[in-house]
Amino acid sequence: MTPTRKRRLLLVTGIVAGVSIAGALALNAFRRNVTFFFDPTQVAQGEVAPGQAFRLGGMVTQGSLARAPGSLEVRFIVTDFSHQVPVSYTGVLPDLFREGAGVVAHGRLNASGTFVADEVLAKHDEKYMPPEVERSLKRRHGESRANSTTGAADATPAVPAPTTQTGS
Amino acid sequence: MLPELGHFALILALLLAALQAVFGIAGPMLGRERWIRAVSPALAGQAVMVATAVLCLANAFIGNDFSVAYVAQNSNSALPLFYRVAALWGAHEGSLLLWILLLSLWSVAVAIRSGSLPPKFAARVLGVLGLVSFGFLLFTLATSNPFMRLDPPAPDGRDLNPILQDPGLAVHPPILYTGYVGFAVAFAFACAAMLEGRLDQAWARWTRPWTTSAWAFLTCGIALGSFWAYYELGWGGFWFWDPVENASFMPWLVGTALVHSLAVTDKRGLFKSWTLLLAILAFSLSMLGTFLVRSGVLVSVHSFAADPSRGMFILVFLIIMIGGALSLYAWRAPLLKSDAGFELGARESFLLFNNVLLVTAAATVFAGTLAPLISDALHLGTVSVGPPYFNPTFMLSMLPLAALLSVGIHSGWKRGRLKDKERMLLFTFVAAAVLACGLVFGIYRHGQVLSPVAATVGIWILIASLVDPLDRWRRGLTLSRGVLGMTIAHMGLGIAVVALTTVQSFTLERDLAVSPGEVAQVGAYELRFQGVKPVEGPNFDGVGGTFVVTRAGKPVATLTPQKRQFWVQHQVTSETAITVNHGNNLLLALGDDLGGGRWSVRVQVRPLVSLVWLAALIMAIGGGLAASDRRYRNVRVTAGAAANAVPGKA
Repeated sequence: MTPTRKRRLLLVTGIVAGVSIAGALALNAFRRNVTFFFDPTQVAQGEVAPGQAFRLGGMVTQGSLARAPGSLEVRFIVTDFSHQVPVSYTGVLPDLFREGAGVVAHGRLNASGTFVADEVLAKHDEKYMPPEVERSLKRRHGESRANSTTGAADATPAVPAPTTQTGS
Repeated sequence: MLPELGHFALILALLLAALQAVFGIAGPMLGRERWIRAVSPALAGQAVMVATAVLCLANAFIGNDFSVAYVAQNSNSALPLFYRVAALWGAHEGSLLLWILLLSLWSVAVAIRSGSLPPKFAARVLGVLGLVSFGFLLFTLATSNPFMRLDPPAPDGRDLNPILQDPGLAVHPPILYTGYVGFAVAFAFACAAMLEGRLDQAWARWTRPWTTSAWAFLTCGIALGSFWAYYELGWGGFWFWDPVENASFMPWLVGTALVHSLAVTDKRGLFKSWTLLLAILAFSLSMLGTFLVRSGVLVSVHSFAADPSRGMFILVFLIIMIGGALSLYAWRAPLLKSDAGFELGARESFLLFNNVLLVTAAATVFAGTLAPLISDALHLGTVSVGPPYFNPTFMLSMLPLAALLSVGIHSGWKRGRLKDKERMLLFTFVAAAVLACGLVFGIYRHGQVLSPVAATVGIWILIASLVDPLDRWRRGLTLSRGVLGMTIAHMGLGIAVVALTTVQSFTLERDLAVSPGEVAQVGAYELRFQGVKPVEGPNFDGVGGTFVVTRAGKPVATLTPQKRQFWVQHQVTSETAITVNHGNNLLLALGDDLGGGRWSVRVQVRPLVSLVWLAALIMAIGGGLAASDRRYRNVRVTAGAAANAVPGKA
């Protein structure tokens, strides 16, 4: 090999090695730091691993906002109209946080089933509904309608209703 | 009548853009002289029509014409005149129109300066720009026409989103878009060169000032956006790795790589096909960014106007533009071989590393930004990717980049000749390390493992950048604007690295509950809450809290953060109060009434955060200075040059 070629080979090898290492590290960081979104029904069905940090999304139940007088701690209930999850948060709530509006919170479930949020997000626009919440509600809404047509209670596992029955 | 005139002007602009594209691209191919000569007039007509449309829309905003749906949705008769004008680009339709206007202005600038280009080549460049204009005009007319009428007209408008009612709206989008759109020029040059099948060093030199100016605008635009988010959103952060921020940051990273790769192509005739690829990528990411933000496919804190129904059009348009350019690249790039060697320690190597690292950074940001979309599409669950992913992966490529910079700027072209610089490099490095430790352990008195390392790297850039210019100045030699601009931009980066280090390592964030008369301690500062009182503005009312801030008993400032309730949209916004003291940015955002006179308040102390924005501004100034270098004036791109120009001593 000529010196030029050797040098070039060295350079290319170095770059390939560097990029692969960066890629591997990025992938690792990615696997460990990606946050999943769950709605209250998924939480109720136990889809969340214990101690796992995740994003909870849904609507803030009307009249559920409670605050210990003078303290920063607030409690409210997030619902997807099938299931509910109580949430506690200590800190300043975002401007657009309202009862009856969509919300996404980041945090973990504690032993008693309360979601302890370390961050509460609400979006810029008051008309705005977080897309994850909208999708989740659409899914649940469809299900609950199927449930009511078949006469099943809310607690039944979400099995798609047979179409013949729905028609009758 | 005027809205219809605007609509009509937009349709004419579409037709003229089509002519511009056909004449510009097909004319040179078929050898039609008259077509080539018709490109510039078509462009002029297109620009006039687009400007007419913008003026018509502006007139509707100023005159409170709520029979126009877009005006009714984004303005209100109580809105101050200033915001009525800026509201023009406050939502999707108008911001697209702004995009198109800026594209036509860039195109006109290229046409004016194209006298030194061979007519065929100039026609191709303008033709490609015409194609881009055509696509955006078609998109606007088909899916997002701002001139749609309401029947019956609305009695009053729904008002501009209160978050946007800020002077930042007047400057941030136009400057950011000027940057985005500016990469279209580099893109058009790349496509024209590939259509031509040749690319010489003069081509690169012609493209450089355009790319550098676009980059400078983008830098400025991103910094303004970050600053605006910092004081207006009330969360206090300056960068959230939000999809919308990433959408502007990815073209910036690739654009930075392009600026450096163009330097190699200009000076040495190397990296030709790589430069072309970067030019295509930079603009593709700009378009992707514009559309990702606007289509609502990505969940973002900044999406003001989202409409998924536009997704299909966007997808098809992106496939045609990006796919077309990349196919052209696959077909033509092999023609553009460059075969000159360079040593491992040569400047070419350092610029190669620079490019690899910048593109790697852009790729990790890209992966993190699009992962939620892909995961959702594949039904792997709804996920989000945040700072815990972005911060380390980004630093992984940026720290080596910053460290290599200080050495790279002292290496020579072709042969590194770094042996003579060893002592100077070592000396500057040690000096930087000492200063960095002084900053981290002396001033802030604690830190994480990486704090002194990153601070050293940043300060090293600052010192090392100054060595050459100071040496030249001492010997009475002149500095070209190019070198001066480069030095300033690199020093801007050094400042940014130092400032980002201190902000990331030493920020204090506290949410407090305070009663009137109570004193709270945050870091070195004492805050005395004096209660709230009502405030009223032209289209809102609310409350303002008063906080007297002292540092070790000495008065610093009286801050009055507000909570505003806007009448039309019933939206609540926080008006933060900020003061700068000893390099610390102290930010207060008023929270909620906790009952019994107590209020919650968010307090943040960010050391040297102002320097982050200042650094970006310095980088942009450096870019602007470099773009105005004399050597870019009257560059002759000769028609007869060989396809693979021999790299000379340009």
